[in-house]
Amino acid sequence: MTAPLTITVNGQPRTVAASPWRRLLDVLREDLGLTGTKEGCGEGECGACTVLLDGAPVCSCLVVAGQADGRAVTTVEGLADGPLLHAVQRELVARGGAQCGICTPGIAVCAAAVVDAGACKGGDARAQVRELLAGNICRCTGYQLIVDAIVAAAADVERGQP
Amino acid sequence: MSAPSGPVGRSLPRVDGVAKVTGAARYLDDLPLAGVHHGVTVRSTIAHGTFDGLDLDPAFDWSQVVVVTADRLAWGAGLAAGGFGENYVAMIDRDQPALVPPGGRIKHVAEPLALIAAPTKALALAARAACTPRQTARPAVLTIDDALRADVVLYGDDNVFKQFLIRKGHADDDEFDLAMVAAAQIIEGTYHTGAQEQMYIEPQAMAAWKDGAVHVAGSMQCPYYVHKALKVLLGCGADDVVVAQTVTGGGFGGKEEYPSMLAAHCVMLTSAVGAPVKMVYERDEDIAATTKRHPARVRHRLGLDADGAIVAIDVDVVFDGGAYLTLSPVVLSRGVLHAAGPYRAPVVRVRGRAVATNHPPHGAFRGFGAPQTTFAYERQIDKAARALGVAPWAYRTRHALRPGDTTATGQRLEHSVGTDDILAAIAKVAGPPPARTGENAHGAPVVRGRGYAFYFHGAGFTGSGEQRLAGKASVVARPDGTVAVLASSTDMGQGAITIFAQIAADALGLPPSAIVVPDPATDVVPDSGPTVASRTAMVVGGLVERAATALKARVEAWAAGAGVAGDFTARAAAMIAAGAGLDAHGALAETVQYEPPPGIHWDDATYTGQAYPCFGWAGCLVDVEVDRDTHQVAITRCVHAVDVGKAINPVIVAGQIEGGTVQALGWAVLESVRYKDGKVTNASMTNCIVPTFGDVPDLETIIVECPYPFGPHGAKGVGEIPMDGPAAAVANALEDALGVAFDHVPILPEDIARALAGAS
Repeated sequence: MTAPLTITVNGQPRTVAASPWRRLLDVLREDLGLTGTKEGCGEGECGACTVLLDGAPVCSCLVVAGQADGRAVTTVEGLADGPLLHAVQRELVARGGAQCGICTPGIAVCAAAVVDAGACKGGDARAQVRELLAGNICRCTGYQLIVDAIVAAAADVERGQP
Repeated sequence: MSAPSGPVGRSLPRVDGVAKVTGAARYLDDLPLAGVHHGVTVRSTIAHGTFDGLDLDPAFDWSQVVVVTADRLAWGAGLAAGGFGENYVAMIDRDQPALVPPGGRIKHVAEPLALIAAPTKALALAARAACTPRQTARPAVLTIDDALRADVVLYGDDNVFKQFLIRKGHADDDEFDLAMVAAAQIIEGTYHTGAQEQMYIEPQAMAAWKDGAVHVAGSMQCPYYVHKALKVLLGCGADDVVVAQTVTGGGFGGKEEYPSMLAAHCVMLTSAVGAPVKMVYERDEDIAATTKRHPARVRHRLGLDADGAIVAIDVDVVFDGGAYLTLSPVVLSRGVLHAAGPYRAPVVRVRGRAVATNHPPHGAFRGFGAPQTTFAYERQIDKAARALGVAPWAYRTRHALRPGDTTATGQRLEHSVGTDDILAAIAKVAGPPPARTGENAHGAPVVRGRGYAFYFHGAGFTGSGEQRLAGKASVVARPDGTVAVLASSTDMGQGAITIFAQIAADALGLPPSAIVVPDPATDVVPDSGPTVASRTAMVVGGLVERAATALKARVEAWAAGAGVAGDFTARAAAMIAAGAGLDAHGALAETVQYEPPPGIHWDDATYTGQAYPCFGWAGCLVDVEVDRDTHQVAITRCVHAVDVGKAINPVIVAGQIEGGTVQALGWAVLESVRYKDGKVTNASMTNCIVPTFGDVPDLETIIVECPYPFGPHGAKGVGEIPMDGPAAAVANALEDALGVAFDHVPILPEDIARALAGAS
């Protein structure tokens, strides 16, 4: 069964003929060629497939395509403004928060959402990051440099630095 | 750390950083492959027995599906005749079939029996569900004790894959016993460590196609290991197969040997289908079928004199190697070489055995045998201090190896001994221990404790391994104006390509941005050896430095004669334009091969001499908090000081230390691979858990630099040592908190509940 689905992906309306029961992850990767979104476990544990659905982080392996019909999806490819990286991306590069990089798109997407919403600031900024990102597993970094990067990005955003 | 003058020593952003944060980096499953078919594997469901054949459901539509069993392939014919070579995954031994043939012996659950390819993954998975292997089960060997009893024989005549015996300060067991009975007291313990899943977030992934040569590309640590295995499998020459690494989403040892198996499967399928084939494992399959850290049993006796000095150490190490030999002898070697620890002892006996069981083969994982034996000796040292009433860090300070001392193999430590710097670094920041009791953030009553560990890790291959390997690397000035570093060392996230660019740029007087490091493919890069053993920065980085220095000298000599001014790039361009000394690609290339530092002597027969070119040193302090109601362990503080010789890129080094630290903390209190009848029963990320952001505290990382005189800028290994010691520090902290000894990992809440119930 295929049906035309209309999903606004990274700001662009896209129409795909796909079964509404397919995973959003597969539609993004296979039908739309957006391979930045990764599959690490297929069961919502690792967070590598995180995208934003109407601005909220979700595991795209647990969302069927039909649930995204008529809604907005942001993937890692949509975080940067042309060559201008999102603050989270820039700080992840600058502070060594990406190693093998396979979890990085999911972490960048989730962190961009929480930072853009004004979180991860103040005295308990690091604890906020650890709470809000707890659904994204990284096996390389031990998390320290990712926390550094996200806290720095939150400060950048607060200062109005893109 | 002094301020660096060149690129080395600077925390430059990694060269692949932007591609990784934007999603532009293409991992194997992201690559477009025209007409690709998807491969899946039919696996055994019994631990031991025979594969009697494969039943295909006649109701299923097989028209678009290819099924391969080993009896359908022309073994022995060789690639040139359209067939294959030998049905083995060639590693150290040739005991592991790439595919168990019908009628053949099944030695573990999840062993490959048949391969399926179809135009879509969904169809391939449906076809697999329509296959039923017929199997006859036999009694299985599922424990180390069963393996040693050898009622059921899986390997040789005693199930022992490999054994080692190290003797220091005595000639035979009688002499050893005399030394041990002279001890005023003996500290004795038996330590068990569990299997650990690497849990790289990118599952195993590989593709193969034929285009003149057989091409294989995928997620791997060691392209030349895969190349070697495929030459045997295909029965072909070195130029008939090309192996390329794609961007690799984590390895940690888990992509050291297993990719050879996956590559073999892709090659069999692409041959049968006549189209490119890719295989990307599902997570459950990856956990169930691929290698893990060897479970271990380590018996350890420390003989102490009246003053607490060590008079004799006796260690008996047994690793569960799983069903096939794979890399177990080498893992065991590293395990036994570290088993006596970095402490002065005149008499040492270490016996090690790796045994065959019907578990899926265990294999390489960061630390490579050393974490298992480190856990044992650092628990022992803590117990010794406790028995003597000496503060644990003070005891280590008194008895740790210093320059001039000898290790268990009689290796006299001359240089690059980080002991005092590490001990001082930890002591400086330790501060008072946490209050013994209190409440946690949720208001639950807690009890707290502090634990320490001190350890070392040999960098590079064991003994004469680096000489035998004779790794090569090239630095090449190319006609397009770029300078390339060619090495088979892979970047799996650890930053190899960034530090290679820094080292080459430093030697050439260029900015690192002028250096390119092409993805390793066996038709492009020389064999620098595998990306393992904490050797990439120290050994291959050293080759890169030497090659770059030689290239610079050659270009400068020519430029001086020709009267050409300018920097390296300008002079190299002029030399290329003049056609002076070019290789077949019109480039200026320098290739160098590993040369051992002077005075390296190692005897493989007696296991004596210089086991490693040098050691890294490390100390760890851990504070724990145990919830008295739930027995949940919170690690509230972790200080880790690691001597890396020289941090080529301090942020990358910190990332290595912190990543290894958290894997070790996970192994200590969270990570449990459970087996039942030889089958992994928690083969999913839902219940085979690893630490999240919320499971670990902010880490206090201290980089110590005691330079290795023969490493690039003094660098030695960093990749593995952070994995070795934190688990012992956690167990020591838990004993401090609870007054009960924990001699195994992982230490789960139920273990704490049982231990406290037993103690009361």
